[in-house]
Amino acid sequence: MSLDEHERSALAQMDVRVRALETVLAQKGYIDPAALDELIETYQTRIGPRNGARVVARAWADPEYRQWLLNDATAAIASLGFCGRQGEHMVAVENTSTQHNLVVCTLCSCYPWPVLGLPPTWYKSAAYRSRAVKDPRGVLSEFGVQLAAQTQIRVWDSTAEVRYLVLPQRPAGSATLDEAALAALVTRDSMIGTGFALEPGAHAK
Amino acid sequence: MTYTSYADLGGRPGYGPVRPEDETTVFHAPWEPRAFALTLAMGATGAWNLDMARAARETLADYDRLPYYGIWLRALERLLQERGLLQPEEIAAGRALHPPGALPRVLAAGNVAAVLAKGAPTRRPVASEARFVVGQQVRARYGKVPHHTRLPGYVQGKQGTIERVLGGHVFADTQAQGLGEQPQWLYTVAFEGVELWGDAAYGGLRVSVDAWEPYLELA
Repeated sequence: MSLDEHERSALAQMDVRVRALETVLAQKGYIDPAALDELIETYQTRIGPRNGARVVARAWADPEYRQWLLNDATAAIASLGFCGRQGEHMVAVENTSTQHNLVVCTLCSCYPWPVLGLPPTWYKSAAYRSRAVKDPRGVLSEFGVQLAAQTQIRVWDSTAEVRYLVLPQRPAGSATLDEAALAALVTRDSMIGTGFALEPGAHAK
Repeated sequence: MTYTSYADLGGRPGYGPVRPEDETTVFHAPWEPRAFALTLAMGATGAWNLDMARAARETLADYDRLPYYGIWLRALERLLQERGLLQPEEIAAGRALHPPGALPRVLAAGNVAAVLAKGAPTRRPVASEARFVVGQQVRARYGKVPHHTRLPGYVQGKQGTIERVLGGHVFADTQAQGLGEQPQWLYTVAFEGVELWGDAAYGGLRVSVDAWEPYLELA
């Protein structure tokens, strides 16, 4: 995708402005630039949707863990080492053959960082935030997801400090897989509710 | 006193299709991670709280024209300026021109992992009993309030069912105004699609919000 001249210039302006702000705040002693590097590194490499995939895979593989996750998601998720900022109070909601769950934050961009990392652009977009609560089937079709006509849709608008993780349905043909192989089937979108888990042999789009 | 949020988007028409994105893309331009990290690092100083930051973002007049991290950046500048921690001419100059203000703390690189792992839990004890129980019918408050709030417009005045009692939580409305935590009971309230959208709703849709007790009345 090529950027037009206007976009290029807007990007350059943002770049200059952020650099200026960082320089001023560092000179004033408000920030440690190395802490900024550490924050970025953390969310680019250590805290992302592979964490959530491990939670889901464990829940698929271990019925007791699944029950714990549904009863007390904060503790069950913390037991795998995922906790803290923007995941202080977790609730897991399970997709079934009769109910599909979808998570949104219509007021800003609340999202379960410890298990999914930082939200994708579309999750923060006006298009998703405005339509997920009113036309979820239309939104899902834009992700290539079609639900059966009789499936109930439950939308969770994260308006307070509780964060939601969707436990997707375990795909067909995955009965013999171990946890690591199961985790590879779990997409980020399937944990928001805008996708399904992959079937073995399929690849994420 | 008026307060206008430009961020309350649920149910609004006219924003077009959603554009899915692969899950390995975290940032889209070099300035985005810096704006993100600056915001987190300044948030960790304790100069303001998260609800104040949300209020600063949602009231930006050009909210719907800015990219998301642009909203964060603009709000960060605003929060700093409102507290006298930064002057506009310093951004223009690209260097500090005035002495620094006092901050409760500064986030050191060595503390990042611990600060993130600790987070900022909002659960608090509440002296009174919860007013509502699971299964009760409630109606969400209707009308504008002159401050930051977390009750979306699309559920205001609508009737729903208490589905979960989530415990006592720091009250966003008072926290945003600098009036303290004033913890309140928090509930998951589920609304039928037809209650929210009338004839436009399709069958089998339910939408929930998490609502603090002052937002709700018995239906």
